[in-house]
Amino acid sequence: MATWKEETKNLAGTDLVMVRGGAGKPLFVIHDEMGYTGWMKWNEALAEKRELFIPLQPGFGRTPRQDWMWRHRDLAVFYLNVIRELGLEKPDVIGFSAGGYTAAEMAAACPELLGSVTLVGPMGIKPDKGEIAEMFACTVNSYLRLSVHDKEAEEYGKMYGGEMSAQQFELFEDARAESARIGWEPYMFNPSLPQLLRSAANTKLPVLLVRGEHDAIIPPNCIEKYKEALPQAKVVSISKAGHRAEIENSGEFISAVQKFLS
Amino acid sequence: MQIAHFTERPVRYVPEQPILENRAFFGVSNKYVDRKKSADDYNFYLDEACYCEEVGFDAVAINEHHGNPFCSGMVVNTEAAILARITNKVKIVIIGNPLPVIKHPLRVAEELATIDTISRGRLVSGWVRGAGSEQFFNNANPAYNREMFNEAHQFILDCWTKDGPWRYEGKHFHYRHVNPWVRPYQEPYPQQWIPGVLSPETVLWCAEKQYPYLGLGTALGPTCDLWDMYADKAAELGYQAGPENFGYLLPVYCSDTDEKAFEIGKGFIFGGGQNAFSRPEHTLPPGYNSKAAIRMLASQPGGSWLGVSKAKLMASQEDQWDAAAFDALRSKLIKGYEKVQEAMQVVVGSPETVTKKICDILKVIRPGVFTVFAVQGNVSDKDRLNSVKLLGEQVLPAVREFAKAENLTGPFDRAPGLVKLAPGTKRAPVVDRAALEALNLP
Repeated sequence: MATWKEETKNLAGTDLVMVRGGAGKPLFVIHDEMGYTGWMKWNEALAEKRELFIPLQPGFGRTPRQDWMWRHRDLAVFYLNVIRELGLEKPDVIGFSAGGYTAAEMAAACPELLGSVTLVGPMGIKPDKGEIAEMFACTVNSYLRLSVHDKEAEEYGKMYGGEMSAQQFELFEDARAESARIGWEPYMFNPSLPQLLRSAANTKLPVLLVRGEHDAIIPPNCIEKYKEALPQAKVVSISKAGHRAEIENSGEFISAVQKFLS
Repeated sequence: MQIAHFTERPVRYVPEQPILENRAFFGVSNKYVDRKKSADDYNFYLDEACYCEEVGFDAVAINEHHGNPFCSGMVVNTEAAILARITNKVKIVIIGNPLPVIKHPLRVAEELATIDTISRGRLVSGWVRGAGSEQFFNNANPAYNREMFNEAHQFILDCWTKDGPWRYEGKHFHYRHVNPWVRPYQEPYPQQWIPGVLSPETVLWCAEKQYPYLGLGTALGPTCDLWDMYADKAAELGYQAGPENFGYLLPVYCSDTDEKAFEIGKGFIFGGGQNAFSRPEHTLPPGYNSKAAIRMLASQPGGSWLGVSKAKLMASQEDQWDAAAFDALRSKLIKGYEKVQEAMQVVVGSPETVTKKICDILKVIRPGVFTVFAVQGNVSDKDRLNSVKLLGEQVLPAVREFAKAENLTGPFDRAPGLVKLAPGTKRAPVVDRAALEALNLP
């Protein structure tokens, strides 16, 4: 079993809290808009051959909020500087949901710095058909439930089951507040992103686009729009899964990502 | 004392069913808007304000909400502008302009200066952050609500006092050519009264600015606590807070008999707050509350005045709303109506009953501004005007006499902050806790 630890390092101008685990070529992991959910099966599987770097997003209750951050683009540049200051050589990046949006902004800003990007259920581009689900005008529980197709998924229960502690309640509210600060308007997309991604297309940055086949948070057209902007991207649909393919069908998810990263 | 009449201008023809189905007023579809009845309502409320002036109120107060039928004030400054012309003496109190929701402070500065000018200096300008729901219905980022409020407020004061043209580059607002060619009639600008529902941050902000704080139907005990907090802060800043620093808004319905008032007063169930009839997802938008407020909420799973609770926020919205549950809901709302009367947060009755209760309340919290919050719901023109008449003719004179005897100075009798306090001096009490004890409230 891979070991993981939490550490705090002064990076990119702040004390960044980060989870690190595994060994091998670096894999930079960007969690979603509700915060880091703990070390899951997919982390364990990918950590067999990779060293995972999972920064806890500034403003999400652990890493101090950065008042200057207005957009996911700002967060992306912050993470690019974290990568530079850690001295990581061409790390692969994987981002989930709003974290996928951030990863796409990183790819647009500096594709040369990265080995590849994997965007899982990524927000960030406005779909022509359908809408990115509204996360703010609903309760935490409603949003979490909307994010999974299989509400009995074992790891979903592990992550969010049981009575919510006061501390978890606060962390969710921190996550929602910071997500609002940088993603309220336009709602979880950057109108320029399809054009900005031309840099990642020109440099032929390897890209994997992943979506659970029953994803209720981002419509299929989000993936189609990413594919239009990044013609080199590979597209994978994970069966029997909603927005959280990594926990709902972790077997299929892990093998798709491992295949791409190998 | 200044006595005001306040109304939310409820949409009176709205059917009950869609509200119950929606589980809240915010978000009821505007497909139910009836254009002709709407015209009747808007015009009636303007006429009602004129009648308030006629029967002796010192002020008429209005407010703004969005996306719901319990308040038809979508653009409060438009109505205030009409009142500026059709009334003659009363103060026009706006409680208030939701600055972060409007997102255009220059426009607000111009509109308010226009209203003050047309009314020849009768405007009282209140500021609010906008209820949680308002953030959604105006796409106003709640995480920047407090910042935008503070910035917009200061910018408006600058608009009213600085000679233009000048340039403004703030965090949330940018104007490179500020030169509004209208200035408030009152120099340097109108009084600012700040309504609130017990947010400590707002209370302290008011104390710093020497603005009267208006408790919106808040429970008397916590109201005393916060007014003490205001007064402590004021003492720290070198002044003695007095009645002129405080206002209280109380839902009041007056009729010929207690029984009749109780029946018609049931319209208060259709207010925005007391009944906790609100959807949790609209009540606490992300980042709207301070970290301290969230921490308090996280550790206290019980409810609060606005019906916000951790338990409610954690509830799933997927539960189906059973139509058969409407009766249970109605009975819950009626119970709530009785409960708030016991707590003296709603007062209904004959002129005698109402006068007694109002004076009992005033004795405890000693405000310099007393505001009657008119009945909500589908109450007829006749019944609404009857309450105004009885209040004006029978209740107001008695309340004024009581206020005079108790020395309840209003902000137009004595400017808030005028009474200085030397450093280290013990401040005088601002509330009467013995009187609160004597009320023996539940």
